[in-house]
Amino acid sequence: MRKESHLVEETVDPMVPRPFVVRESREETRDAFTLTLEPQEANGAPAFEPGQFNMIYVFGVGEVPVSISGDPRQPEVLVHTVRAVGGVTRALQKLGPGDIVGVRGPFGSAWPVDKAKGKDVVIVTGGIGLAPLRPAVCQILGQREKIGKFALLYGARTPKDILYREQLGQWRSNLDLQVRVTVDNATRDWYGTVGVVTILIHKARFDPANTIAMVCGPEIMMRFVVQELIKERMREQDIYISMERNMKCAVGFCGHCQYGPNFICKDGPVFRFSDVRHLFGLREI
Amino acid sequence: MEKIKDLLMQHPFFKGLPKERLDLLAGCGSNIHFKKGECIFKMGEESNHFYIVRKGRVSLEMDGAQHGPIRVQTIEEGDILGWSWLIPPHKWSFTAFAVEDVNVTALDGQCLRRKCEEDHDLGYELLKRFSAVLAKRLEWTRMQLLDVYGANA
Amino acid sequence: MKILERNNFHRLFDVLKESGFDIIGPTLQDQAIVYDHLEGVEDLPEGWTDEQAPGKYRVKKRNDKALFGYVVGPTSWKKFLYPPRQKLWSAQKAGSGFEVAAEEGVPQKMAFLGVRSCELAAIAVQDKIFCGGSFVDPHYKKRRENVFLAAVNCAEPKGTCFCVSMNTGPRALGGLDLSLTEMIEGERHYFFLRSGSAEGEKVLSRLPLKDAEGGQQKKEDALLEEARRHMGRAMDTRDIKRLLYDNPDHPQWDKAAERCLSCANCTMACPTCFCSTVEDVSDLTGEHAERWRKWDSCFSLEFSYIHGGNVRQSTKGRYRQWMTHKLASWQDQFGTSGCVGCGRCISWCPAGIDITEEVKAIRADQPARAESP
Repeated sequence: MRKESHLVEETVDPMVPRPFVVRESREETRDAFTLTLEPQEANGAPAFEPGQFNMIYVFGVGEVPVSISGDPRQPEVLVHTVRAVGGVTRALQKLGPGDIVGVRGPFGSAWPVDKAKGKDVVIVTGGIGLAPLRPAVCQILGQREKIGKFALLYGARTPKDILYREQLGQWRSNLDLQVRVTVDNATRDWYGTVGVVTILIHKARFDPANTIAMVCGPEIMMRFVVQELIKERMREQDIYISMERNMKCAVGFCGHCQYGPNFICKDGPVFRFSDVRHLFGLREI
Repeated sequence: MEKIKDLLMQHPFFKGLPKERLDLLAGCGSNIHFKKGECIFKMGEESNHFYIVRKGRVSLEMDGAQHGPIRVQTIEEGDILGWSWLIPPHKWSFTAFAVEDVNVTALDGQCLRRKCEEDHDLGYELLKRFSAVLAKRLEWTRMQLLDVYGANA
Repeated sequence: MKILERNNFHRLFDVLKESGFDIIGPTLQDQAIVYDHLEGVEDLPEGWTDEQAPGKYRVKKRNDKALFGYVVGPTSWKKFLYPPRQKLWSAQKAGSGFEVAAEEGVPQKMAFLGVRSCELAAIAVQDKIFCGGSFVDPHYKKRRENVFLAAVNCAEPKGTCFCVSMNTGPRALGGLDLSLTEMIEGERHYFFLRSGSAEGEKVLSRLPLKDAEGGQQKKEDALLEEARRHMGRAMDTRDIKRLLYDNPDHPQWDKAAERCLSCANCTMACPTCFCSTVEDVSDLTGEHAERWRKWDSCFSLEFSYIHGGNVRQSTKGRYRQWMTHKLASWQDQFGTSGCVGCGRCISWCPAGIDITEEVKAIRADQPARAESP
């Protein structure tokens, strides 16, 4: 560790955020909202891959990891859908156009969109879990001809909790995208499906032997979904999940996000199920 | 009658039942159409049918007092609707509505119960199939109870 | 190999100071031998030693005037390379936004005097964590690049030492600038010195040294061989990764959890434990904000908090996480064990939980594995 060998360039501190301007804040549901951010400096927003996340800092309040939910084909802005559940996310909720936040990232692994070429894709998400998968949907739709059958299965708590209603409607009008939405319970003004998201899997059209599944939602929900996919004869190595753990630094220094030998921040959040199946059922891991 | 038998033969629920049993079942069957908004059965009423949904969406509802009726599950094309006919006291546990125009094949539960009593092998085959439906519903209900997307989840 | 007489030992301090180093080394404070800034030889714990056992650490007088006649205490060098509480940056409100000023303080050159072989290994482990991956921590790196490592070979291991098992000692080998072996033969008191780097060579060249004579090497070898045979503890590390990965539900975790207070002493004393938390703070005017990094521990409940609850709610879950990380998953993460056999976690555990005994207990009821070829 002698200095001479490192003199070439000064190390950039990965803990220092870059300023971004809020261009738009849009209410999605009663507790979720979508921020559109533009870099304050001229050098553009960083390119990202679907599934990656940023650390977003509110001046003087704190920093949280939030997955990127924008369209990777529009890299000039950063889009984040956030659920207001804690101090920092509630502070983010209060921001409006012109306000400044700090951004570090993008960090983490990506959905295997490239691996899906020539295969069917089934996306199973629940709750806010649709947000980190929206970039993958956008990317796949941008290269639709390279993918076989494509199903998006989404479960929400109630009809009021459905994210991206408008866009789901547009996607649904694509004849080659099966969009199925279900809610856990509803009142009579909901004419759609009621029931847990796993009920949609059996009815989606895809060839289990030649499909990539991307699953994102609460850990319990993913457990049931993976079980159901395997029951449908999908192979464990074709299933991808996105994991969540406490995260403080996002660069592998703080140790908080360990999941067995993995750091969720750099080895995840997206994992191939067959790589983590031995951890998936363990308590307190 | 032949049409109903064909339908039963193709349905995964009846997969593996011998031909003569399917004949028996088809003999208890009839095709029914429910208009959008129509009540198919009401909670607490006597249950004498089960249905194979051929088209459309049916909702199972409970009255949530101040919340009004709550839809707890929808039953859709290809699904089996109704198990109360099989299990005493043969009363519906939920209310079922046609969310949209619905076509079903209805099987007469009274007739089936009689046939099952006479032919325990048939009874066993049906119970086996309905317990799978019930187990699935129980699993889904438990998942709903977990309220995994809820504010405190 | 060179020889420095005890009565010339102060010259090492002089040379290091003249070279601009802040000297940090062992000193007696609050009845423990800790690492702190040293002015001169007189700050070293001359004539002191320590006694260590599970849950026990005591200093006591020696019969001689050895300067390094003890092993490792409650502190480790990590607090100087990776401070327990460190400002990462500060920010000032500016218009609708804010400006971040990175914390650029150029750290003083530090000379660590009296680094043990297990501690060299620990520093090498932390080098991998903070400088060896896709991200580099500039705060650690800056400090680390300015450190001179003067190691001391361990001649008298204590009750909780097991560096031999972890293959990290007792002889200090790589990654050092200078190594010393303290020799006391009746009235004669001197040091064998070796340089391990160009910087070390420079320091050596300015000391009043004699060449070691033939045969003296044997004396040092014998001393360290003796040390090797007197480890207070041992750990069977064969296939240890598999052993722990295969036993997440072993009843021994419950037994350890019955004793463990979840106090985090082991992680604070451990020279490789690196977990931290990041705190963003602001002043009362709301104009000024800072980001701080503080040591954290996987033994705290909040460590695993995600929205809705804590993942590791039980002491069992936390102890299992710590030990499995230290001995098994660390290998997958950094290509090395997280344990260097220094024994601190054993001595400083108020309940006297002994990591070597825990491994032994889990191993005890494993079916014998075929020896790998």
